[in-house]
Amino acid sequence: GLCSSEISKTIGGMSSTENLITSIQGLSASSGDLSALHRILKGAEETLRADSDLELSTLEELDASKHSLGYLYLLDVLTCGPMSNEKALDVVLLISRFISSCDAEQIRIASDKSTASAKRTTTVLIDAAAAADAETCGNQTNRTIISWGDDDECYCFGLVVVSLCKRFKDRVLELEDPLRGVAPLLSAVRKVQVSSKRLTALHPDCLQLCLLAKCYKAGFSILSDDILEVDQPRDFYLYCYYGGMICIGQKKFQKALELLYNVVTAPMHSVNAIALEAYKKYILVTLIHSGQFSVSLPKCASTAAQRHLKTWSLPYTEVGNCYNEGKISELQAVVVAHSSDFEKDNNLGLVKQAVSSLYKRNILRLTQKYLTLSLQDIANMVQLANAKEAEMHVLQMIQDGQIHALINQKDGMVRFLEDPEQYKTSEMIEVMDSVIQRTIGLSKNLIAMDESLSCDPLYLGKVGRERQRYDFGEDFDTVPQKFSM
Amino acid sequence: MERDEESSGPMMEMCTNGGGEETSNRRPIISGEPLDIEAYASLYKGRTKIMRLLFIASHCGGNQTMQLEALRMAYDEIKKGENTQLFRDVVNRINGRLGDKYKMDSAWCESVDRRAEQKKGRLENELSSYRTNLIKESIRMGHNDFGDFYYACGLLSDAFKNYVRTRDYCTTAKHIIHMCMNAILVSIEMGQFTHVSSYVNKAEQNPETLDPFVAAKLRCASGLAHLELKKYKLAARKFLDVSPELGNSYNEVIAPQDVATYGGLCALASFDRSELKAFIPLRFFSLVAKVIDNINFRDFLELVPEVRELINDFYSSRYASCLEYLGSLRANLLLDIHLHDHVDTLYDQIRKKALIQYTLPFVSVDLSRMADAFKTSVSGLEKELEALITDNQIQARIDSHNKILYARHADQRNATFQKVLQMGNEFDRDVRSMMLRANLLKHEYHARAGRNH
Repeated sequence: GLCSSEISKTIGGMSSTENLITSIQGLSASSGDLSALHRILKGAEETLRADSDLELSTLEELDASKHSLGYLYLLDVLTCGPMSNEKALDVVLLISRFISSCDAEQIRIASDKSTASAKRTTTVLIDAAAAADAETCGNQTNRTIISWGDDDECYCFGLVVVSLCKRFKDRVLELEDPLRGVAPLLSAVRKVQVSSKRLTALHPDCLQLCLLAKCYKAGFSILSDDILEVDQPRDFYLYCYYGGMICIGQKKFQKALELLYNVVTAPMHSVNAIALEAYKKYILVTLIHSGQFSVSLPKCASTAAQRHLKTWSLPYTEVGNCYNEGKISELQAVVVAHSSDFEKDNNLGLVKQAVSSLYKRNILRLTQKYLTLSLQDIANMVQLANAKEAEMHVLQMIQDGQIHALINQKDGMVRFLEDPEQYKTSEMIEVMDSVIQRTIGLSKNLIAMDESLSCDPLYLGKVGRERQRYDFGEDFDTVPQKFSM
Repeated sequence: MERDEESSGPMMEMCTNGGGEETSNRRPIISGEPLDIEAYASLYKGRTKIMRLLFIASHCGGNQTMQLEALRMAYDEIKKGENTQLFRDVVNRINGRLGDKYKMDSAWCESVDRRAEQKKGRLENELSSYRTNLIKESIRMGHNDFGDFYYACGLLSDAFKNYVRTRDYCTTAKHIIHMCMNAILVSIEMGQFTHVSSYVNKAEQNPETLDPFVAAKLRCASGLAHLELKKYKLAARKFLDVSPELGNSYNEVIAPQDVATYGGLCALASFDRSELKAFIPLRFFSLVAKVIDNINFRDFLELVPEVRELINDFYSSRYASCLEYLGSLRANLLLDIHLHDHVDTLYDQIRKKALIQYTLPFVSVDLSRMADAFKTSVSGLEKELEALITDNQIQARIDSHNKILYARHADQRNATFQKVLQMGNEFDRDVRSMMLRANLLKHEYHARAGRNH
């Protein structure tokens, strides 16, 4: 039979839910109507959550593309609790369809306080590494590594759709079918993004799914954006870390290096697990890409990073130092000695790639000294087993464009050639031109940033307070008086 | 007949470098004969004579005759002096092998020691009386005498202390120079060459008061110091600046033959071609006498004709004969107390320079002919060349198949383009990273500010 609340609703006339549906249907046309609708929806949130009548079928009365705002709110309410696996499947399907058909303008309007959900989801992939580190270090030092979001509670006004998508991702992971979530999250990122220069909270989630589903190409399409503005540091670190891993999967080591470099040198007060894992991969990718390892971090890295990152990644720095010496057998010995560490970090594959890159590095050095060399000589000098293996390596390097050479199989000789690029073609001129344009554009960005910073009251306040430290004298009045304490 | 070895320009494929043409001026190669110890020892006097003889004795390998000869002469020389410690040393080393005349003479030791005690006592009394009288000059001479005394007994650090103490009592520039020369002598014997350098500097502070002998001696000392500190270029410059008037006047330290040898070898190992020409006389490969570039050094080189020859060979690109001379001289040079530690390094550097100079004028070089010129195998030569190429001292690449070395001149234009593109990319990356970091810092400010309010 009917329960009392339902009776009271029907007695009162149309239920509040139905009222809401009609409002949504009515007020979804113009931007003025939408803001009114937004206020109504916000007000009605409490009652919606309490309404046990609300079901997925109610959504069928709405059109996802026309009534995106309302649809979003209802979806949000419907999906926030725990649910069974079958219901999860339906929910996942529903959200996918919504994301693909919704109107980007409308969903960007809905915002609310999002805190807990963001924190929880980001620790999923990192926990393994953090746990491993917790084992190897004592109690006292554990505190120097913070797994994300422990004490820094940031109250941010995030979009409702963002928290919806994050919940969606959780469901997809629970169903162990990450592939389902890739396309929807990709389009979600595009719709939520205000500008392609700005990082959203959804970027790392999307990349995470791409990694788990092994859809590297899809993930790479997001990475080709130039991110210049960042709201949340943790989103950024995860974006860079996952992005780096995707680039490694695509063998685009240059870009991977850039992304990992950004994490490692990011300003931070204490080392965190993400930076540490990123640093380990950074070392290995540096070896593969440029073949030179230096223990010291770039100067722009934070002091915390410079002091502590090395201590937590000793097997990796050892590999790096050994690589610099250039002897294959010694490097392999080091790798075998620490293979359990590498396996724990899931880095064994990358380490193996680094080892094979040493052969390439040594062959590259030979091209500087020899014009022709027999395959057997190459094998001897680089410590390969025989001439056949040398041939394979040289062939691979020619195909990858790392060296220019001709193999004469009859004589068993390799002839090294100079880089045929003469920098005289029109394509090259275009390349140079685009580099110049890009550089000019970046310079303009930099100047604009500098100007906006010099007008920023917070920054001026800080300089004003520290003014006593620097005795500039009367001539150097860098900060207007009102900013001095 | 004009020798014109530079006519093999870039268009000619290959040219045998050196050794092909015989000129009537060429002397036959002299192999370094075994060292005539007596002649060698007669070049020196004082403590250095003894030390050099002892050095030869301990470094002549299994050559018994040489060893015994050196020890015998050392024994005779020591007995002329007052150093009983050295006497006991040399007797031990002779070990009775030279018969009765050259065994332990305890009577002599005792009498020398007694005399030394008496003298020491007398000197001490004199010094204390001078001190009470506060006569500067006497005190100075008193300390000086003590220095001389300790030096003769072989107590070098005490000698040094006393010489240095005279400094407070020096009244004229001559006194200071005298002190410096003594300090230098003792420092050389002690092997402390940093002291040598500092005292040379001190002495050279008043150049007007230096007479030419002293100036020459100071340069020798300075050269020796640089040699021991492995600064071969500076050593060469100093030695080449020594005026020939030095003659034998500094043979308590160094003989003029040594000046020639040390200076010549260091110059060869460290000078580039133009510097070599400016300093080393070159009149031996042309009938028309060229400008004699360094009159001074020529006189020295006359004393060691082999060194003179090998420098000429090097300059005229006759590397085979140059290296032959070097090889033959090696054994004797290893017996020299100052040069011993540096022979291998200097030889190595000279050989490297020869290799580089050989390849310089050519577009391509046949490795087998080059290997002949340098008395080595082709594969050995390949390894040496590889090392030089890696160090960027030769710009070339090896055609291992045909065993030819090809000169390789970097294409500046391409290299510039490459660098430009690379810089552009680096700028791109760095600026973007920078902006991101600035963003993060800004966010931190705002977050902090937000929390504070």
